[in-house]
Amino acid sequence: MTTHPPVHRHDRRFGYAMITPAVVVILFIGLFPLVWTLLVSVQNISLIDEDTSFQGLMNYRRLLFDQRFWEALGHTLLFTGIALPLELLLGLLLALLFLDHLPGRQIFVALLVMPTVISPIVAGAAWRLLFDNRFGPINQVISWFAGEPVTILWLNDPNFVYAAILIAEVWQWTPFMFLLLFASLTNVDPSLGEAARIDGAGFWRILWSITLPVIRPVIVIALLIRGLDLFRLFDVVWALTKGGPGTRTETISIYAYVQGFQQFETSYTAAMAFVIIVILSILVIAALKRVEIAR
Amino acid sequence: MKTTIRFVAAVLVTVLFLFPIYWLFTISFKTPDEIFSYPPVWWPENLQSSNYTVLFRDGDVLTIWNSLVVASVSTVAAMLIGTMCAYAIARFRTGGEHFSIWVLSQRMVPPIVVVFPIFLLYVQLGLVDTYLGLIILYTAFNLPYVVWMMRGYLQEIPREIEESALVDGCSRLQVFTKIVLPLARTGLFATAVFTFVFAWNEFLFALVLTRSAITTFPVQVTHYFGGQSNFWAKISAMSVLGTVPIFLAVAFLQRYLVRGISLGAVKG
Repeated sequence: MTTHPPVHRHDRRFGYAMITPAVVVILFIGLFPLVWTLLVSVQNISLIDEDTSFQGLMNYRRLLFDQRFWEALGHTLLFTGIALPLELLLGLLLALLFLDHLPGRQIFVALLVMPTVISPIVAGAAWRLLFDNRFGPINQVISWFAGEPVTILWLNDPNFVYAAILIAEVWQWTPFMFLLLFASLTNVDPSLGEAARIDGAGFWRILWSITLPVIRPVIVIALLIRGLDLFRLFDVVWALTKGGPGTRTETISIYAYVQGFQQFETSYTAAMAFVIIVILSILVIAALKRVEIAR
Repeated sequence: MKTTIRFVAAVLVTVLFLFPIYWLFTISFKTPDEIFSYPPVWWPENLQSSNYTVLFRDGDVLTIWNSLVVASVSTVAAMLIGTMCAYAIARFRTGGEHFSIWVLSQRMVPPIVVVFPIFLLYVQLGLVDTYLGLIILYTAFNLPYVVWMMRGYLQEIPREIEESALVDGCSRLQVFTKIVLPLARTGLFATAVFTFVFAWNEFLFALVLTRSAITTFPVQVTHYFGGQSNFWAKISAMSVLGTVPIFLAVAFLQRYLVRGISLGAVKG
């Protein structure tokens, strides 16, 4: 912890001037929608209806009994719960693969970053083509192994659609995990493991007991960043299935979008948005608490 | 021996991860016969560019221009406003710890939550389907990221350099523009790349807040889903066109990339 020298008064004024534009922009885009959402959620506004009477908590009550909302929340948690650990594990394995000197390492890293930097819509488009039941290569490869023509309807068959979305999602974001972990692993002081190695500890033992605890803060933050992203999952699912077949793969973001922009249920969408914020806050605080306790 | 095995594994993994991009890329150059062939063609032989010329002829390619305008301007704006803010936080702890946390917390709000009230506000202000509307939104959404990244970089600049410039008669603003910004250029580049990539790839806001005048390229890609018989050719060609600028930016700034990602995570 560095000690700060005292800040002069004119420097303080300069500081406030410097943050003003940022504060204005964030208030305009950040705070206004939150307040507005709360206000609208207790009214009865819908874009196809003149009535704007006060509704109290009716919209929230309706949400409580809206099975489609809870299913959407379930899908969101399902995708998050499976994709997040997978991305971490695969990213870690990749990072370990590249950790020690490897010829052409720079080029590999440059190539592996590509899935992560492309638009999720483009990623979704690519997987749409790959998963095509007739003209896509995935069914063809499976056919080779099966020894007979396989025509799985990946994006229409309820048994396969979750796997399809998870594959696309994990494909796109594992490289992100890899880059984060790789960067932090290369910064770990190698002498930390030396002593343990002399004492006879093996590779995995050193990794588990020494290396991973050192980069723990990075792992926690990586999980938090990806966890938040997965919780608002929209693009990839939209590109692959638009929430279908039926509502089988609807996430809460997709359901809120449908309610707000296709059904024009303004107040109901606002209530939903507010509940999403509350759930998210609880999850984030719980996650942070766990981190604190475990530390 | 061990290195050889690892090298082979690295090649396999890289090929596996790049295959979807390869597939998209080759489809964009395939003839309709090859696109709709069963079994699929892995090594296309008659590469042709007509899938692209169609996009130019129909004017669809303008959506790339729209993306370029929106992403570039919002990146410059977010970098400017965010770096000023980051400097005040790094040097003077302006607003205290709470202000920093508040700025960061703005990034946790799910877009679906803000997009609806923003949409209604934009209807009132006439900002729907305008460059300005999207630029404001992307600037605001990238601000927290810029502030936290740049704060990390700016803290590394020694105070002494700034103090000697102050003694030499520079104003605080001159110190910022003439001393601090040049010293922080690595961080500025790294942060700007990611800011640009976020804005370039963004979909939900663009879907809601654009109609036809400034459709961005990810929205345009989804317009080809379903319906038309030649939609695969258009999906792939448009996707490739929209991905080239990103790959160029990343290749160009490769050396800042890993550092850019890791610093944000370590200090964020």
